[in-house]
Parts: sequence; C-alpha cells; structure tokens
Amino acid sequence: MVSANNELAYNTKIEGEVIVTKADAVINWLRSSSIWPMPMGLACCGIELMASGNSQFDIARFGAEVMRFSPRQSDCMIVAGTVTYKMAPHVRRIYDQMAEPKWVIAMGACASSGGMYRSYATLQGVDKIIPVDVYVSGCPPRPEALLDALIKMQAKIRREPAARNLMASA
Amino acid sequence: MTASADVTATLQGKFPQTTPRASGDHPAINVPLSEAVAVLTSLRDEHAFDFLVDVTGADWGVDASPRFTVFWHLFSTTSHAYVRVAADCTNDTDPVAPTACDLWPAANWHERETYDLLGIKFSQHPDLRRILMWDGYPYHPLRKDFPLAGIDTPLPDLEVGEITKATAKPAPMVGGPFVASPGEINLTEAEPRAKDESWTERREKPASE
Repeated sequence: MVSANNELAYNTKIEGEVIVTKADAVINWLRSSSIWPMPMGLACCGIELMASGNSQFDIARFGAEVMRFSPRQSDCMIVAGTVTYKMAPHVRRIYDQMAEPKWVIAMGACASSGGMYRSYATLQGVDKIIPVDVYVSGCPPRPEALLDALIKMQAKIRREPAARNLMASA
Repeated sequence: MTASADVTATLQGKFPQTTPRASGDHPAINVPLSEAVAVLTSLRDEHAFDFLVDVTGADWGVDASPRFTVFWHLFSTTSHAYVRVAADCTNDTDPVAPTACDLWPAANWHERETYDLLGIKFSQHPDLRRILMWDGYPYHPLRKDFPLAGIDTPLPDLEVGEITKATAKPAPMVGGPFVASPGEINLTEAEPRAKDESWTERREKPASE
C-alpha cells in the first residue's frame, strides 16, 4: 500500500537530526548575520553611526550591533567621516590589522569621494587606500541609509563563494 | 573702552618706533619686529592685557615686501578691551619672529599653527613642530603661492604609501573652490558647491569674452 507523501517540511523522526545544505549557504549565513563593525568615526557621520546603534534604528536587527574598538575582533570597517591625509595611513593600518574576511562601508560623501573638502588636506575618497564594498551617499547619511548599506552588504556576502575561498586559503 | 583707546598713544610715547595701524574694529598698532616682545610685555604688565586671544600671520603675496606680518590679538579681562599688535617680518623668504611663549603659554600652539601654515618660524619657541599637517610635509599651505588643491606629496607613512600607491594628490577643483553660501534662503543653493561649473580638470575653462 502506498501512502501519500504529506511531508512538506523536514521531519526529525524520519530523517534524524541532520540538515543537508551547501557549505556556502551556511558560512555566508553566519558571516552576514553577525557582522561586527569597526566604527571608524572620523567626523559628523560618526554621530549618525552612533544613532544607528540606538533603539530607534536598532542595527541589532541585522546582527551588527557589536561595535568593536579593536580591529582584531571586527569584520566590517565603517569609515564614517572625513579622512585627512594625516589620518589615512592610520585607517589603512587598522584595516590591515583586521582579520579576514573583512569588508568596508564608506559612509557619507567625505569617505566616498572627499565630499565638499576639495583641498590639500583631505583624501579624495577612502577607496584610494582601502577596498570599499558599499558606498553610502549623504552628508551625513541618515541611519536608515546606513542600514540599507548593511543589508546590501549582507546580500553581497551571501553571494560569495565562501567555501572555495576557504579551501584556497587553507 | 576709553582706556583701550589711549593704549596706542601711551605705547607710542614709550616706544617711539611704533605707529598706529588702520583698523576696522579694535585699536591696532604697528611695531618693529625687534620691539614686539617688549611691547607685548608692556601691554600685559602695564595695561592689563592679560589674555592672548590669537597669534596669527598674513602673507601679502609672492611679490609683496614685507611679505609676512605676524599679528597678536590681546584681550583684557579687567577692562574688556581688545588690542591688535602687528609686526612685519624682515625676511621675505625665511620669515622669523620672536616667540611669546614666555609671556603666555597659550602662544605655544598658535605659533606652531602659524609656522605650519605660513612658514613663519618663531625663534626661541620650545617645541616648534607642525601642528596640523604631518611632520615632514614640505609646504606651508596658507602661503599665496600654494594652490588650494594641493601639490602631489607622498603620504605621511611611506610604507602605507608603497602598499596603496596613493599620494596626497591635488584635489579635483572642478568648477573652482567648493564653498557654501551662508544667508541663502534657498537651502539647495546654500549647500557647499562649486560656483563655476563650466569647467573641469579634463575640460578647460572657456575663455571669457
């Protein structure tokens, strides 16, 4: 006698406590859901970055509330503010100290392109010294814009061939 | 304010080489550089100008002579009066001025800033290093012959410069200085923007008719 297969979901009683999936999916899910930011607050964008962390905007909804002030413990540098040439080498050094995998958000006009500071003292975009994953427009951007950038970066992380990269580096 | 108006006259009595200086606001006086510290000491000890508001300088242009002038702005916390003291630097290429650090400790950082941006050296300064630009920066950005966009210079950290191949390049001016228009009712117009967008670095400014 053949019974109809009504099982639409995973049934532990039949299949045991096993989940079958792709390594990429698991790794990327972990990575994208627990991005620990390195807050590089250099100007007024830093204030909006702080606002993103409070309960009104609640960056914790996306798993990125654990602001780490040590580059060793962070995954994503949020460059929030004007990068002067005097500061630029320090930004690069902190980026170098972050453990792989790591990502960068250029928050606001100054970090993206130098913004209104077209002068001898200002780095014209932080992408001159570190690779940027997501740019956020605004001067300064509202916290919602930063959250949008975070979601875009999560989408980007989920597209990465994480397992292959891990094997290649091992 | 009456007391402060007399200050320049009294000083002229004591220091015959000083001359009154045209001023739109507060009493001002020209002094020879060699007498600057003596005049400042007199103002502090005999006229109760106990507060050093600012030390700064001016570059009057590449061809001007004297090219550099040093300014001291003093305030009296008892009579609530200001006075401005100006001294022309004698050397136009390597200007030197006496330090006021011994009179007011506040002069220290002001003089470092003036040295950093205008290249006016202060003799006897206890610690004459740059304060805004990095150590080893070869120019003085507020001089008239220095372009706002900057001049190509290696980054402060040579190792990082080597890794990133980045240098302190001249900023793109595209349409002239990027300036705000305070007082503009239309906020879109008031935002900082280039005032003349008819040209960029790639497309030359059209010749004016």
